[in-house]
Amino acid sequence: MKDFSNLISAIEITNKTNAKIDALVNYFKTAPDKDKLWLIALFTGKRPSRPVKSNLMKSWVMEITQLPEWLFLESYSSVGDLGETIALLLPNPQNTIEKPLHIWVEELINLKPKTDEEKKAYVLKAWNGLQSQERLIFNKLIGGSFRVGVSKKNLVNALAKLSGIDANQLMHSIIGNWTPNSISFADLINGTHINYDNSKPYPFCLAYALEKELSDLGNEKDWQVEYKWDGIRGQIIKRKEEVFIWSRGEELVTQQFPELVTAIAKLKGNFVIDGEILAIKDSAVLLFNDLQKRLNRKNVTKKLLEEVPVGFYVYDILELDEVDLRTQSMQERRMLLETLFQQNKNDILHLSEIINFTNWNELDALRNHARSFNSEGLMLKKKTSLYHVGRKKGEWWKWKVDPLTIDVVMIYAQKGSGRRSSKYTDYTFAVKNNDTLVTVAKAYSGLTDKEITEISKWVNKNAIEKFGPVRTVKPALVFEIAFEGIAYSKRHKSGVALRFPRIKRWRRDKTVKDIDTIESVKALIQTS
Amino acid sequence: MKLVKFTKKGIYCIPGKFYLDPWYPVDYAIISHGHADHSRWGNKHYLCHNDSKAIIKHRLGQDISIESLAYNEPKNINGVQVSFFPAGHIIGAAQIRLEYKGYVVVFSGDYKTQSDFLTTPFEPVKCHTFITESTFGLPVYKWKTEQELQTEIQDWVFKNQQNNRTSVFLGYSLGKAQRMMSLLAGVDDIYVHNAINHLNNAIVNSGINLPKTTLLTPDFKKADIQNKIIILPPALLGSKMLKRIPNAATAICSGWMHIRGNRRWKGVDAGFAVSDHADWDGLLQAVKATEAEKVYVTHGSQAVFSKYLNEIGIEAHELKTEFGDEEMAKEAADKKETA
Repeated sequence: MKDFSNLISAIEITNKTNAKIDALVNYFKTAPDKDKLWLIALFTGKRPSRPVKSNLMKSWVMEITQLPEWLFLESYSSVGDLGETIALLLPNPQNTIEKPLHIWVEELINLKPKTDEEKKAYVLKAWNGLQSQERLIFNKLIGGSFRVGVSKKNLVNALAKLSGIDANQLMHSIIGNWTPNSISFADLINGTHINYDNSKPYPFCLAYALEKELSDLGNEKDWQVEYKWDGIRGQIIKRKEEVFIWSRGEELVTQQFPELVTAIAKLKGNFVIDGEILAIKDSAVLLFNDLQKRLNRKNVTKKLLEEVPVGFYVYDILELDEVDLRTQSMQERRMLLETLFQQNKNDILHLSEIINFTNWNELDALRNHARSFNSEGLMLKKKTSLYHVGRKKGEWWKWKVDPLTIDVVMIYAQKGSGRRSSKYTDYTFAVKNNDTLVTVAKAYSGLTDKEITEISKWVNKNAIEKFGPVRTVKPALVFEIAFEGIAYSKRHKSGVALRFPRIKRWRRDKTVKDIDTIESVKALIQTS
Repeated sequence: MKLVKFTKKGIYCIPGKFYLDPWYPVDYAIISHGHADHSRWGNKHYLCHNDSKAIIKHRLGQDISIESLAYNEPKNINGVQVSFFPAGHIIGAAQIRLEYKGYVVVFSGDYKTQSDFLTTPFEPVKCHTFITESTFGLPVYKWKTEQELQTEIQDWVFKNQQNNRTSVFLGYSLGKAQRMMSLLAGVDDIYVHNAINHLNNAIVNSGINLPKTTLLTPDFKKADIQNKIIILPPALLGSKMLKRIPNAATAICSGWMHIRGNRRWKGVDAGFAVSDHADWDGLLQAVKATEAEKVYVTHGSQAVFSKYLNEIGIEAHELKTEFGDEEMAKEAADKKETA
């Protein structure tokens, strides 16, 4: 497993995509076929179920090291990763075990039905035969996911570089129906188990953020204006009775949205349509936060399907009955799309509405109103525009509604995970409520690495608790947070719920005296 | 026995009327080692180990009032017998032993129990009260031996050379830079940054041998340093100078690199857990070897380490000091010297 362990070390330390891809290519050049297949399986979520509970592993480590539980937990909250904590706490190995990756995985699969005593004997023997980094990999094979910063896209790009096969075809191949024991590496990447002709997507046409005055866009009549939606931009393909859904990240996400597949399969004709996957309930579009519950699930449960049903807002049509329409104008494509809709009525596909307007100055009010039904703003598309590959300036513009912002103070800090596991990156924020503070939001993105490092040092110095993963800090650091909406909420102590809050910037120029009050926050509900 | 008390200015010896590593100016400062968070500006008089003298003068000024002692060479100050014992941290680093009317207090300063190729090895000192650091006071910290580190680091350089890459190590000018030199001696030409070169000169001029290095001048020729070894202060991560180095493979050398999240955070090509502090077992061994009846735990994991010591039957207390800002103070010192 040394080569696999070295690969993980190499890809996780670098933040350069090319270096990750090169490391993968080198691995693919030398590793045995079965190892390669398991690597692809593991990195794409085809992980066997956990054979050993983490609590058992923890108790074995405490037994071996004779450390009290609180110290184990303190180590865990400092390291931020259970598999790594275990690898580091164990004494140095007395033996050397070298087996290829696929043997380890297969042994772990066979371990699942064994008794706890048998499991213990196996795991302890492995720990005693592996160096720290390999131990970590072994622990990861047992449990957690591999958060090493390799996306499916990186993996596919590495395979493409290795084989010269088209990346989208490889994406379909690795997502497709296969197991490491049912296929050879060559057959997998050549896609003998799939029919790529049917699933082949088109590159997405993208919009720039509006950077000029509306009046500079020319005649209103030349533009098609629609609402902009915050979901997953997707391309739905129906060819020869097969349905595929591609995300903008060029990942095949068909399996994540079974209700879309069922609905599309019933439609007449063959086509490729471009649109937005959205959580839609009682014909209202929900927030991206809700949609997130549906993403990257191995199994989509019935409960989840009822809780967060999805639909598809259709923007465009790219292919109809095997004819590529991308060189036709937006206006022509729209007519074909509307015809397709007239022939096919259903509840899950929604034609993106065209906004009627005669003068540019009507649009600002519409844009500001968009937030009330969870739209992100407006899209402006030139009626003559072709469906370009990627971004082309001047024909498609997005004009987003400005986020709401408030000033808040940090009261709790928690460490992140993965690359962020060594730093305090997740913060809880409060506003004033008379003489006290009340929590209004939790957020973790939007700061630079340098700021995070500085804040982590500050948290270390100003934390009130000394133990455990969450640090209460003295209320001193002020941040401006942005969010997409606000509503009254009985579930929150503050009485309000913010939608999609994130850190806009660190306000070093402000003190806790300058933060918003709960009254000023509630006042935003009326105005938004 | 009240031999020392903990004040705002630092650890104060009551009968001796002097301070240990004070963080505000005092009349008489006894200094454990030359790092910026222990050896500060503005004291009227300094006392340190012989090998620290040149370093401290280099950093704080040639005109400061400073005297020095060898290890285990006693000096009587107001009836308190003061002596230094090796701390194994950096060149000249000492534990400070105070004896008064038969009562002994030892202040560890910063220390490392494992031996390296450079410093006088750590020596445990029996005492009644032991004041210890705890920078790496968690059981996840377990260092490799110097030989293992040497193999790992040299292998990395050889691999870089095969791939036509220049090996760049980032480590503090004082301490880590010289340790890296000792780990890399004989592999290939070692180029060092100006700030490191100045310190090296001060150390060599005081009669201590260091591996041979060449100054990396700002107008270096790329062809000269291609595939060679370069040591820079950490403040230069992301600098123009680093970007000019041809095909650089960059490594950070610090105990924090033992944790994967820290290695990944920095966005460098490698992280080596080369530390000049004691690891968990080192801290425990050191505390036990003193046979102290009372232990004060300073900068680092003082809460965790003192709680654990109490659980295993050693009376321990947390001590809040301003040594905790070590990283920042060192970075500031490096920045000043690289400016």
